[in-house]
Amino acid sequence: MKSKEGTVYKQSRKGRQGFSINDRAVADKNISDYLPKDLIRTNKARLPELSEFDVVRHYTRLSQQNFAIDTNFYPLGSCTMKYNPRINEETSSYDGFANTHPWQYQHTVQGNLKLMYELGESLKTITGMAGVTLQPAAGAHGEFTGLLCIRAFLENQGNPRKKVIIPDSAHGTNPSSAKLCGYDIVKIPTGPEGIMDVAAVAKVMDEDVAALMVTNPSTLGIFEKNIKEIADLVHDKGGFVYCDGANMNAVMGNVVVADLGVDCLHFNLHKTFTTPHGGGGPGSGPIVVSELLEPFLPKPVIKKTNEGRYVAEFDRPQSIGRVRAFFGNFGMLVRAYTYIRELGPEGIKQVSDMAVLNANYIRARLKDHYSLAFEAPSMHEVVFSDKSLKGTKVKTLDVAKRLLEFGMHAPTIYFPITVSGALMIEPTETENKETLDEFCETMIQIAKEAKESPEKLTEAPQNTFRSRLNEVKAVREPVLREQW
Amino acid sequence: MRYIPHTQEDIEAMLKTIGAASVDELFDGVPENLRHRELLPLPAALPEPELRKELTELAQMNQSVSQRKNFLGGGAYHHYVPSVIAPLVKRGEFLTAYTPYQPEVSQGTLQAIFEFQTMVCELTGMEVANASNYDLSTACPEAIMMAARINNKKKVLVARSTNPQYRDVIRTYFHSLDFEIEEVNFGSDGRVDADDLNQKLDDSVCALLVQSPNFFGVIEDMKSLGSKTKDLPALFISATPDPLAFSFYSPAEAGADIAIAEGMSFGLGLNYGGPYLGLFATKQEYIRQMPGRIVGQTEDTKGRSGYVLTFSTREQHIRREKATSNICTNQGLCALMASIYLSLLGPAGLESLAKLNFSRRDLFETEIKKTTPNAVVFSAPKFNETVVKLDQSVAQKVIALGKDGFLPGIDLSSFYPELENHLLVCTTEMNQEVDIKMLASRLVGA
Ligand SMILES: Cc1ncc(COP(=O)(O)O)c(C=O)c1O
Repeated sequence: MKSKEGTVYKQSRKGRQGFSINDRAVADKNISDYLPKDLIRTNKARLPELSEFDVVRHYTRLSQQNFAIDTNFYPLGSCTMKYNPRINEETSSYDGFANTHPWQYQHTVQGNLKLMYELGESLKTITGMAGVTLQPAAGAHGEFTGLLCIRAFLENQGNPRKKVIIPDSAHGTNPSSAKLCGYDIVKIPTGPEGIMDVAAVAKVMDEDVAALMVTNPSTLGIFEKNIKEIADLVHDKGGFVYCDGANMNAVMGNVVVADLGVDCLHFNLHKTFTTPHGGGGPGSGPIVVSELLEPFLPKPVIKKTNEGRYVAEFDRPQSIGRVRAFFGNFGMLVRAYTYIRELGPEGIKQVSDMAVLNANYIRARLKDHYSLAFEAPSMHEVVFSDKSLKGTKVKTLDVAKRLLEFGMHAPTIYFPITVSGALMIEPTETENKETLDEFCETMIQIAKEAKESPEKLTEAPQNTFRSRLNEVKAVREPVLREQW
Repeated sequence: MRYIPHTQEDIEAMLKTIGAASVDELFDGVPENLRHRELLPLPAALPEPELRKELTELAQMNQSVSQRKNFLGGGAYHHYVPSVIAPLVKRGEFLTAYTPYQPEVSQGTLQAIFEFQTMVCELTGMEVANASNYDLSTACPEAIMMAARINNKKKVLVARSTNPQYRDVIRTYFHSLDFEIEEVNFGSDGRVDADDLNQKLDDSVCALLVQSPNFFGVIEDMKSLGSKTKDLPALFISATPDPLAFSFYSPAEAGADIAIAEGMSFGLGLNYGGPYLGLFATKQEYIRQMPGRIVGQTEDTKGRSGYVLTFSTREQHIRREKATSNICTNQGLCALMASIYLSLLGPAGLESLAKLNFSRRDLFETEIKKTTPNAVVFSAPKFNETVVKLDQSVAQKVIALGKDGFLPGIDLSSFYPELENHLLVCTTEMNQEVDIKMLASRLVGA
């Protein structure tokens, strides 16, 4: 691998072009032939000039500087980095899906509407919920949408209320989304067992609380076993239970969230349902809701008529409105639908069974070498703290960086913020035992090195494309675009 | 199940290590009354051959723009997608990486975003750009919220000629916050009505958001609009639905404080409305108020140049409810597609393509005017789109033309009651000249 790949701008040479278009008809024209001068910019945009092959080689080389699921074990907790099936990429590129226009009249896109309807039905079946929208573009967008539906319901009753209760172990998007809906956040601490404490909820639950946001299993990988009791408590005071469904991979087919008293949940199709994460999206964050909240879903809602036609229903007077133009990240919906059809009911359950097995296997093999954050049973991920590293010269970050040298991506280390030096490990069901064994042996070796030769960790990574990067410099002397 | 590698022996060996008798026992953390014991009533599993058949049939229930003569635009533009893009972005190293949290092993994604930010800055003329928003519709409220953080005002002016779906999204976002959203009407030439704007614009205004080219394809006089907010606290937000317009339009030169755009035109394809790509750029002084991820250049411990996610103290994972936005996952791979597209296009390609698009629309307008000069209702210069006044209901025309393979345009009446019988027709380099002529004659001809 080349040790350096200049930016696309550095490789630019005046006069090269990699785009092929029949522009003979306009070759002698200028923009000013079409527009008055005062509407034409003075400084033109400088774009790089490369041949098609230059472009192909540049981006191929860049790709080689990445770790990815396809090349490396990627146990990034909360992110569900499982194999992304290639058939999904094929189906989503079919002409009938990829080349349809979102303003097309409904009778010309019955296939799209049917796919969205059926996907919605499956998501409802998996959760036991009454309504669904596929419009949100990612998990955080789903949180926002769900909370807005709750707010609309309450507002319709006369009082939108003021607060949302969120456990301290929640993902950062939870409080951020609640704030965006105009709510104040009431933070509750994680109880000694690593789950929400019923008494802690009871203490803050009142008629000013619109919703409780819970992640189940929690971001600690632990099932919230008091969830039903807590939901009853919330409902008694007229509030709603919002479930962050980022961890659905742990329970689908084994738990139906409607049974837990959940009123609203978002999926991350880019986690549980194998749509590729693409180095930061696109994602897709459908939400499912209870009957009470259904009238408030964003519009349009996809329906099937008695005659078997599929329609996008706009006439929904109580709807919160649109949260995004068109129908959401449709290409991701095709992928998720393809995956669910491949799995069927047995496959869905097998996914969570094996995801939980894999996480518990790692837990069993590592628990004597690292400190479990909580003793409670783990579901699809296991979280260790840095307690076992106390007294050594290394931190969790160093463990993460040393792992990279062995060709494995690091676990999630930036949250949950309630665990000191958290190492959140989510292997997913698609990893085989050999990979897990290699990972565990590597982690055990690293635990040993932490005591015996800490510099191996603190100076890591050395054999990766880059060693540790200076993040302070990045902020102090910001270079946020190419200067040339 | 081909995606799951576990053999029976694996499962037994792993359970033994764990000290559990069965996989079922691993779910003991779930109270028994909350366990679901039956199989879910989902459709039965399909092996790949049947799966391919089922999805092929579903796709064939649609009429694609490749089979039809498409004249729909309205925020989703049918432009050519070069063959190089798919194989590059489908490389597993790009496709199956997560957000670049470990920069040492994510330089490919990071450098690509850095290059993308550079291109967005060049196109908009702005100083800094983020790594993407979901799309333009959601970038609108994000930009307005950013303006409110800067000037603490609550009254927002939005041009009524902005895509009605974007305006819907704005209303949804601000309904629960204590904001006042007011619309500024358009005049007879299709541009923002200066009198209406002058009346509504004062020092209580947080932001003025104008789409250009607007929903009618009309190019707004952004410089003059920008100059109106100059001496007021209000920020000027420029929204561009087809970024090909950056071939002639620079938001920075128009005085925009925040420039947002829809990037789907840059090689993403129509995809029935998504995934698309929100472009978001602003001035350096506002960077700490900007939503979304930002990549910066720095050095590694050996002094080699490299890239990291930076200014993250704005973001939800650190600031939680005080973050500038709740956005986490964005449109990473779409930003990569746009970067590849722009690298292929270059400045000459951008200009050629823009001219081709201008010429196609000119042809359409000329053809319409041949028989019915007053059918083209807005007189101001336009890009891609043209509003045509029909002498009958749009619905009837659409049905008649649909039979001959046309997707003729968008019916404006449901969004603008005063534009009854008005059709919004979009032309791009993908429309053949013969089809443009035929559509024109069928729309206004006898
Ligand atoms: C627990 C949890 N909640 C919410 C989110 C936000 O989802 P997204 O990144 O799709 O917006 C994530 C993932 O990033 C998560 O891990």
